[in-house]
Amino acid sequence: MAVDPIHQFQIIDLFPVVKIGHTEIAFTNSAAYMAVAVLVIMLFLIGGTARRSLVPGRLQSAAELSYEFVANTIRSTAGTEGMRFFPFVFTLFMFILVVNLIGLIPYTFTVTTHIVITATLALSVFVTVLVYGFWKNGLHFFNLFVPKGIPVYILPLIVFIEVLSFISRPISHSVRLFANMLAGHITLKVFASFITLLGGLGIFGIAGATLPLALVVALTALELLVAFLQAYVFAILTCIYLNDAIHPGH
Amino acid sequence: MATNSHTEQPSGHKGAFPPFNPTTFASQLFWLVIAFVVLYVLMAKLAIPRIGSIIESRQKSIADDLAGAASLKAESDAAIAAYEKALAEARARAQAIANETRDKQAAAAEATRKRLEGELNAKLAEAEKTIAATKQAAMANVRGIAADATKAIVERLIGKAPADAAVDAAVADALKS
Repeated sequence: MAVDPIHQFQIIDLFPVVKIGHTEIAFTNSAAYMAVAVLVIMLFLIGGTARRSLVPGRLQSAAELSYEFVANTIRSTAGTEGMRFFPFVFTLFMFILVVNLIGLIPYTFTVTTHIVITATLALSVFVTVLVYGFWKNGLHFFNLFVPKGIPVYILPLIVFIEVLSFISRPISHSVRLFANMLAGHITLKVFASFITLLGGLGIFGIAGATLPLALVVALTALELLVAFLQAYVFAILTCIYLNDAIHPGH
Repeated sequence: MATNSHTEQPSGHKGAFPPFNPTTFASQLFWLVIAFVVLYVLMAKLAIPRIGSIIESRQKSIADDLAGAASLKAESDAAIAAYEKALAEARARAQAIANETRDKQAAAAEATRKRLEGELNAKLAEAEKTIAATKQAAMANVRGIAADATKAIVERLIGKAPADAAVDAAVADALKS
């Protein structure tokens, strides 16, 4: 049974919901997994802390750990002023992390393997940085593009590069997460399909299939790391970008 | 459209690579916005204040416990200091009493010793006097006995009693040598 490694990314309409203009909006598998992710996060954070114990149990400990982990990340990159964005960064981190982890369960769908999702998340960060940066600093926000101590004759070039790197942020921010998740899932699927291909070739095939099986096990472990790491990277880059909005003068 | 038969056939779907299929963008965007906004509101209104308050109350109770422990420690330190002071005082008093008693007893013993020594010395002197007197008396008796003995021995030897004066002179001469 040959399996198409791309098939897992298919968006499937489950039932139609609303029609906006000419576009039919249906409840899709992607939407279902997002809803599941929201539910899982709430169960984890609210259910885990249900007893509000002074000495936390395992689940409460994990919930507090994730809270403090994100809080410390913000404090170390954007300072205490960055804590006003704590709900935003925590939501981003938990959403991406849980969606990535759910996607690692076989036969599930990974929401973050779609560029439109990661791009929307990255753009929401970009817009937040822009709006907050101008709201808080006014025109001083443009200092972000003018590093201090640069000779005047190369200043235009530097400003051009700075503006370009600022504008390209949402692209790298979104493509990094999207590409990592997509590539990981394709790799997993390809190696997993080798198992079934080789397994169909008789006794030697079954013996040979142990190699891709071992690889899939190892890759799953790696993908677990990637799932966490990409959520963390997305969150810490968000903090760094927000830091620019809070303290634009380098 | 994105809808197609969900089969495991490799040719089950044709067309764009799903992540780049723009027909699905609208619905994904729609559901992402809903899911994210719902999650954000739940986080901001429910989860974060809850976990924050739990952590805060823990830190507060730890700080309170630490403060309580510090005040108890200060109390026990004060008690130990008071105890040690009382102990030092008692020890000093005991030392003073002991010294006083020892001095008193030493003085009493010294007085007793002196009195006894005096008495003994008096007794000794008396005894010495008695001895001297006795000795003198005895010496006188010895002279008498010696003279009698001499007279008797000489009388036996020569058959005639010597003169008393000669015997006394001879005895005195012999006792002297």
